[in-house]
Amino acid sequence: MSFLTIEHLEKSFGTNRVVQNFNLTIEKGEFVSLLGPSGCGKTTVLRMVAGFETPSTGRIVIGGKDVVNLRPNQRNIGMVFQAYALFPNLTVADNIGFGLKVAGRPRAERTARVAEMLKLIGLPDLGDRFPFQLSGGQQQRVALARALAPSPQVLLLDEPLSALDAKVRVSLRNEIRAIQKKLGITTIFVTHDQEEALSMSDRVVVMHGGRAEQVGTPFEVYNRPATKFVANFVGMLNTLEADVIDPATGRVRIGGTETSLRRALPAGRVTLAARPEMIALGVQPGRDTILEGKITSVDFLGSVIRIRARVDGSELAFDTFNSTDAPPPAPGSDVRLSLLASDLLLLQDP
Amino acid sequence: MNLWVRITGWLAFVLAAGYMLVPLFGMTEFSLKARRGVYSLDAYARVIGDTEFQATFGYSVTLALATIVLGVLIVVPTAFWVRLKMPWARPFVEFLTLLPLVIPAIVLVFGYIRLYNTSSFLPLTGSAAGTNLLLALGYTVLALPYMYRAIDTGLRTIDVPTLTEAAQSLGAGWVTILWRIVLPNVMVAVLSGAFLTFAIVIGEYTLAALLDRPAFGPYLQRIGTNKPYEPFALSVISFAITWACMGLIQLATRLSKHTKAQR
Repeated sequence: MSFLTIEHLEKSFGTNRVVQNFNLTIEKGEFVSLLGPSGCGKTTVLRMVAGFETPSTGRIVIGGKDVVNLRPNQRNIGMVFQAYALFPNLTVADNIGFGLKVAGRPRAERTARVAEMLKLIGLPDLGDRFPFQLSGGQQQRVALARALAPSPQVLLLDEPLSALDAKVRVSLRNEIRAIQKKLGITTIFVTHDQEEALSMSDRVVVMHGGRAEQVGTPFEVYNRPATKFVANFVGMLNTLEADVIDPATGRVRIGGTETSLRRALPAGRVTLAARPEMIALGVQPGRDTILEGKITSVDFLGSVIRIRARVDGSELAFDTFNSTDAPPPAPGSDVRLSLLASDLLLLQDP
Repeated sequence: MNLWVRITGWLAFVLAAGYMLVPLFGMTEFSLKARRGVYSLDAYARVIGDTEFQATFGYSVTLALATIVLGVLIVVPTAFWVRLKMPWARPFVEFLTLLPLVIPAIVLVFGYIRLYNTSSFLPLTGSAAGTNLLLALGYTVLALPYMYRAIDTGLRTIDVPTLTEAAQSLGAGWVTILWRIVLPNVMVAVLSGAFLTFAIVIGEYTLAALLDRPAFGPYLQRIGTNKPYEPFALSVISFAITWACMGLIQLATRLSKHTKAQR
């Protein structure tokens, strides 16, 4: 039986249904991300798990116990907020020890636990500081330690990295993941940043319009998107309109080029998609489909060069590694692009 | 900034300062003339030595403290709840708290006397303790605009919903949240409201006189009609108390450790 089960969860604000028939099971120690654009309902799901919102219908079971009717302070759930939410009147140590004090733990136990948590987040000497004396990254580490100190059964992270600058965000996400693995705590992470979700999670739930569009490992979600939305939202995607010539063998015509996906396709016109890394510049061995087009732009991004080319009315973006020996093609020049047809994704509505 | 603007600014400042300070200077100077031909503190000595002064001042201080406690107990949870759960009710609550500025104290006290007289359902005016309680409640109402605004402004400087949710997720109930998180974070605002309340209560006349309580306000009035120099000495003392309260507000703001970053 799963450690955390969410069944048929719904939430409406007036006539606006922000979460619709949301189902999810999470194993103990698993790190699951809720990924989606603003307004997709991911934070509402998290807040219902935390107890800050009451579901319109549905069940939330943690460790075999339905918690829907429990108040937030009765759920033993740790939460880290986007805005840190450290108590400004308390020192770092007092912030971390707050949950333990509320629980009535003895002073000696509190002191030891606070020291352990400070060490865990790599700030062993900052216990006497006030929150305003810390950087954003340090404050969020303290918020994490505060949430973890009372040993909650579930950790909820509500876009904890959004307020930080890019460099700190990357280092802190690695730290959060390392700490989560070390403690083995069941974690739900809400983010709109696909890179964060893909890099940190055991599983990703892609949400759209209050529903879970796909639940899967980062590899599955990226490489085998279940819906058009997931394919578009997770990673960069090039779409190609194709006419199916033979549905049984997957033979299609893309512009003036015929190729076969070697799998059954629906008859008629379909939308195919290719990730930038599936497309190569020039004719490459092992790739069975050659497309001809014209370069529209070349963006130098350092180690990678992003090239856009127009092919039969569609614009395709793809990346090449920077090389001092081979300068990128100039905009306006004609190019041939190669790809493996069986890699192409078929985009479908749910 | 050009010279003309600077000169105009300074001129306005000097005029305004003169308008405020010249009468104060005149009053203080006169209060020091109790002894013919020389400046002395005789009027102050006589006032401070007066047992009635001590009694009425002590009474008003006690009542001011009771008013502050009542005000904090009423306003902090109300302002917190309005900000957290009922933001739509804010204009109504603000309107309610501003009513004491619109309704004169004399109307308020006649209402009290009518409602709580000895033949009413709650005869508070029938005993000294009951009347004292009524007076404290009346002062709480009079101080409401200042107390509510000060605390509401204080709450505006912190993220009340998120801090509340953070505390709840750590197991805290409402009393713990109010006592250990909200109140300490709005303490400077509470002190501002408290000192303003103190200044109002110390000099208040209407409620105390009409409820016949031995407060400092009626004593000031009585002395004013009977003696020449003492009323001026008392006025200077009253001003000093008010300014001391203002100074304490500033001091509390400066000494508040955790709010330094916000300033």
